Amino acid sequence: MIRGVALAGCSLLVFAAVPVLLPVYQVSVATQVLIFAMLAMSVDILAGYAGRTSLGHGALFGVSAYVTVYWVAVAGGSPWVGAALGIVAATALAAVFALLAIRTSGVYFLLLTLALGMVVWGVCLRWSTVTGGENGLRGAVRPAGLTGQLAFYYAVLAVAAVAGFAAYRFVRSPFGLTLRGIRDSESRMCSLGYNVPLHLFIAFTLSGTLAGVAGALNALFNEFVSPATVALAQSVQALLMAIVGGIGTLAGAVLGAGVIIVLENTVSAYTERWPTVMGAMFVLLMIFAPAGILGSILGRGRVLLARRASLSERPIP
Amino acid sequence: MTGLNLFGLLNGLTFAALLFVVAAGFTLIFGLLRIVNLAHGALYLLGGYTGFAVASRAGFAAGIFAAMLIVALTGAGLQAGLLRFVRGYELRQVLLTLGVAFMLNDLGLLAWGGDTLTVPIPAALQGATVIAGVFYPKYRLFVLALGIVVFAALWLLLNRTRLGALIRAGVDDAETTEAMGINIRRVFLLTFALGAALAGLGGVIGGAFLTLYPGADSEILVFSLAVVIIGGRGSLAGAAAGAVLVGLLNSFGQVLFPELAYFVIFGPMAAILAFRPLGLFGRAA
Repeated sequence: MIRGVALAGCSLLVFAAVPVLLPVYQVSVATQVLIFAMLAMSVDILAGYAGRTSLGHGALFGVSAYVTVYWVAVAGGSPWVGAALGIVAATALAAVFALLAIRTSGVYFLLLTLALGMVVWGVCLRWSTVTGGENGLRGAVRPAGLTGQLAFYYAVLAVAAVAGFAAYRFVRSPFGLTLRGIRDSESRMCSLGYNVPLHLFIAFTLSGTLAGVAGALNALFNEFVSPATVALAQSVQALLMAIVGGIGTLAGAVLGAGVIIVLENTVSAYTERWPTVMGAMFVLLMIFAPAGILGSILGRGRVLLARRASLSERPIP
Repeated sequence: MTGLNLFGLLNGLTFAALLFVVAAGFTLIFGLLRIVNLAHGALYLLGGYTGFAVASRAGFAAGIFAAMLIVALTGAGLQAGLLRFVRGYELRQVLLTLGVAFMLNDLGLLAWGGDTLTVPIPAALQGATVIAGVFYPKYRLFVLALGIVVFAALWLLLNRTRLGALIRAGVDDAETTEAMGINIRRVFLLTFALGAALAGLGGVIGGAFLTLYPGADSEILVFSLAVVIIGGRGSLAGAAAGAVLVGLLNSFGQVLFPELAYFVIFGPMAAILAFRPLGLFGRAA
């Protein structure tokens, strides 16, 4: 507990000091790190604590971004309302996803969330009268006080700190402990009298809210949204961040987001082959370090990825 | 109006034939090896690009052959070279194939660029023919026929040959099959190569009428996922039924709701998952 507070305080100090120490470009990188840390945390809440690996969170993130930009740039509304509507939309979509997906687990859950996410991507791409098709939507959507890079950074930092604290309390709460029980043994929790589907539904929906917060902030940050924002690559990248840091450790999500975003910016300066690098990282991580950075250090977080196939009961020889 | 309907029906069925070829490979690998191969779409695209490169120089048949060979080898390499390290860990396998998909697609972009390519088809299959008063492209009818031939061939392979018997035994109980003195690893490798070859075949025949472009891989992957989710894991009949359903829905959906066509396949998928989570023809493992 004390270590956790110290860690959180230190990282908050580091993030608060970024604009003082680094040039403007790095501040925008740090803003991205914070936004994607929230997305990675939302993936981790499900993957690390409920044992449900989702490949549909990019869609929740992107829908929130679409709604935010649409509300401000096309409908001409206020950015605050737009962001709120975006978060509501992501939460509602997460509830729909959850209704369909919580009956499944393991690879089936992953496949289903992937397919649902791709449906959302397809709609965003084809429904061009509303979404702008391939071109996406663009417009000055930042609220009046936050147009400056620095002010916006601190606003994101404040939101991320609150969101991180909320997520921490959530996974430490009795509810979060129940989720971990479900992750470790669904049948045991069922026979103990816990309402497993309801817990998973709520966890998925709340995780969608967090992804929505990240999506709305991303919309305000980039002032632009396109099908790439909802694409599979977005979900994959979010999952990669959660895994790099260490599944089942919220701090790992922040660390993972930092590593991946910084790496992406560095690699992109030298080559256009970022997807190859990302794919290779995935392959190497899965073979050599499925527990991620923090997971390896703490010796935790192996449950999700290191557990043998549970669907077939018998591991394949 | 009847003309439009027949046209839509044929479009749906020919698309279903392509989907079946691709999804059959996917469901074969999924059913036997329990591996959800998310690189299947990338293998489809690789097959399409290979087919394009070879067919432009040496003809359509050579293109198909080369694509199936190259993609089968790539698939075997993926299974023997990478997936063996994470054998038995379902999620790690899936995420590993996802990483491979990103690499293959990006390297495809590097090699063939971002332009839309169309696999050239032989003169005999160009042009249209008249069916019940409707002009219809000959090539798409060829795809339909090919889909039926592939279905028959796979059915014969699975039900009438020794390899098929081994695959079916492996699907039911890999451990016992191995205990009977069968080299199940070799069966796995052959199945993976066969499934990949089907993706390659799909890439060439699909590349001739749906065209090839970066992103085509994830579109076909999602359609295949929908087919397998609807049809059930590892079932050939399920893949066929799922492909026809998805193909027809997609075809009529495009006419009725042009902008939301993608959304139309979602309805039945959701309904089937709600009532039969293992799919129409799926059996519990």
